Amino acid sequence: MQIRFSPEEEAFRAEVREWLGGALPPALAEKVKGAKRLTKADYELWHAKLHERGWLAPSWPEEWGGTGWTPAQKHIFEEECVRANAPRVVPFGITMLGPVLIKFGTEAQKAHYLPRILDGTDWWCQGYSEPGAGSDLASLKTRAVRDGDHYVVNGQKTWTTLGHHADWMFCLVRTDPQAAKPQEGISFLLIDMASPGVEVRPIITLDGEHEVNEVFLTDVRVPAGNLVGEENRGWTCAKYLLTHERTNIAGVSYSKSGLAHLKRLAAKQKSGGKPLAEDPLFAARMAQVEIDLTALEIFNLRLVSAAGKGQAPGAESSLLKIKGTEVRQEITDLLRRAIGPYAMPYVPEAFDEGYNAEPIGPEDAMPLAKGYFNMRKLSIYGGSNEIQKNIVSKQLLGL
Amino acid sequence: MDFALSEERRMLVETLERYLRDRYPIETRHAASASENGYSREVWEALAELGAVGAMFPADAGGFGGEGEDISLVFEELGKALTVEPFLANLLGGTALALAGGQQGLLDNVIAGVTTVTLAHGEPASRYALHHVETRAEGGRLTGRKAVVPNGDSADHIVVSARVSGDVDAPEGLGLYLVEAGAEGLSRRGYATVDGGRAAEITLENTPATPLGEPGQAGDLIERIVARGVLAASAEAVGLMQVCCDTTLEYLKTRKQFGRSIGGFQALQHRMVEMVMELEQTRSAVMLAAASLDAERADRERALSAAKNLAGRAGRMIAEEAIQLHGGIAMTWEYPLPHFAKRLVMIDHLFGDTDHHLERFRNFA
Repeated sequence: MQIRFSPEEEAFRAEVREWLGGALPPALAEKVKGAKRLTKADYELWHAKLHERGWLAPSWPEEWGGTGWTPAQKHIFEEECVRANAPRVVPFGITMLGPVLIKFGTEAQKAHYLPRILDGTDWWCQGYSEPGAGSDLASLKTRAVRDGDHYVVNGQKTWTTLGHHADWMFCLVRTDPQAAKPQEGISFLLIDMASPGVEVRPIITLDGEHEVNEVFLTDVRVPAGNLVGEENRGWTCAKYLLTHERTNIAGVSYSKSGLAHLKRLAAKQKSGGKPLAEDPLFAARMAQVEIDLTALEIFNLRLVSAAGKGQAPGAESSLLKIKGTEVRQEITDLLRRAIGPYAMPYVPEAFDEGYNAEPIGPEDAMPLAKGYFNMRKLSIYGGSNEIQKNIVSKQLLGL
Repeated sequence: MDFALSEERRMLVETLERYLRDRYPIETRHAASASENGYSREVWEALAELGAVGAMFPADAGGFGGEGEDISLVFEELGKALTVEPFLANLLGGTALALAGGQQGLLDNVIAGVTTVTLAHGEPASRYALHHVETRAEGGRLTGRKAVVPNGDSADHIVVSARVSGDVDAPEGLGLYLVEAGAEGLSRRGYATVDGGRAAEITLENTPATPLGEPGQAGDLIERIVARGVLAASAEAVGLMQVCCDTTLEYLKTRKQFGRSIGGFQALQHRMVEMVMELEQTRSAVMLAAASLDAERADRERALSAAKNLAGRAGRMIAEEAIQLHGGIAMTWEYPLPHFAKRLVMIDHLFGDTDHHLERFRNFA
């Protein structure tokens, strides 16, 4: 057993770190670090930088512009990007659709869409959830009816992250309402967001932000050539997409940087005349979550190591998702509590670039309560933690 | 980075697993536990023969392992079989002999399984404080009391910590001494422990003793000995948790109520998933602790405390949940599971509990 990274892997880390030091604009890193709102241009700039270096799509095969990295290299790359405060790569085209097209798409679809994902021509969003289909995704009702060489789509999608920036949406639609099982009548369609009948409406989340949307589809005509895989076999694509590329599902890097932030804050904040970090109760809470994170990181690396030997991560990645989100949420909870009464002030404009007013209370206080509320989503999205437990029960435990 | 076991270690694990599975059913374990020494000399010798004792010590001490991973693998297997043989006692006593040096002949006999040794370090008032020693060493003779000494009633040789100088809690001024079980002025009161093991209260009154290493310099040595104990106990906990989880899962699949397997109930499924998740967390922390056993002090102690804290926390949770998900059957002596659960909970009382190691983890930040 060799629990540390090899010298070659550490050399790769150094290469990534050096590149990040030159390529990531400091102003952008500052925005990410300060939890400011990122604009579409911010995401696009970082996307272009990664594309230029050839590091945009670690999960694609090399022939389509991927990196050919091992799972350990992908892990290191993700870790370094988070550590450097790089913006996240918007996952819908690169991480989600790309692998599905590569696995199930026609040659024409691959040749058309994949280069456009890489060069940033098309911004993709995900059309999965519906008002009546959340955890029970297979109960989705958005209907696609074949009409000549088109499908006519009617329905409503929701929780569409950054859909207001998107040019295209990959979408699960029901093509056979009579199928024996709900999963069997679903197809995977690519929809041009500029089509007549597509309407995007913002959903403002509990932290006051606009990141997700509802998408209404009314008599939207979609060329039949935009079907990926076989008709009524879309669930296979959907499942593949959900299980693909989950090495970073635990969010260990985010938790590590959150914990480092927490320690800095707790050292600065005073409680009863002493640093909060020396308060026995608060210190114990911090130590407890740090121990959980320490173990989680090794757990994550065990799965990365297994993936490097060709063992596909199965339901174990559900365990990682549950524990990883619990740890990350606990850290955001402690961050909020660390700042005391100054967790309360909330000035929406403070999260925009160029806001220069004097901070209310400690400089880094304002994003903390907002971040805590925003991070409640972690245990809900990507398959709620309860659904993950169902998956583990069924697939790992055989219950 | 590679989490696979080396060929030699895989073979050691398989050998141990096979022996314990074939030759050490729960009835044998219970009989050993109820015997005078609280363990089976025959099993101890057989396991020594298979190399399980030698695996705990490095080559320069006459063994053929001694790294963190060797210790954790052995103890995980011992945990899976709920073994009562005196591995922990001999790991502690043997490590003292190995680190202090000068007693190679005795250590060779320990590794060969022909004699046994233990460590008498804790005292009635020390609780989990690492260097709290009131026992005095004067003129090569020891006087004091030692508490809950593992297999202290049957060990042939006893390594005793005693104070040469300094305050009772000072890390300085400590010595380690080798004492024969039949030495003058030594009396021991042996007893059973709630988890099926044996221990003893040992009283020393002007007892002759041989110093191990330089008297007064043993503070650091004691920390490194106990470090191995922490790793061993945490790894044993992983083995015990594995059995608790496997047994409970099997029970959920076979026990029927309301006309169906109780494993079909989501309220129970999710609790089972949490047990397995905490097991994997603890296993991960133990891997890190094993890999850090010979690292510099702060890294070593932090990784060990993280593992022991998780072993305590997850151990209690898994022990309690295993009993609860079984229901009444797990309240019986006849059923094996509760014996695993008892040992699992009692691990938290060895070398510092959950809170002790939370605090220690923090102090080494």
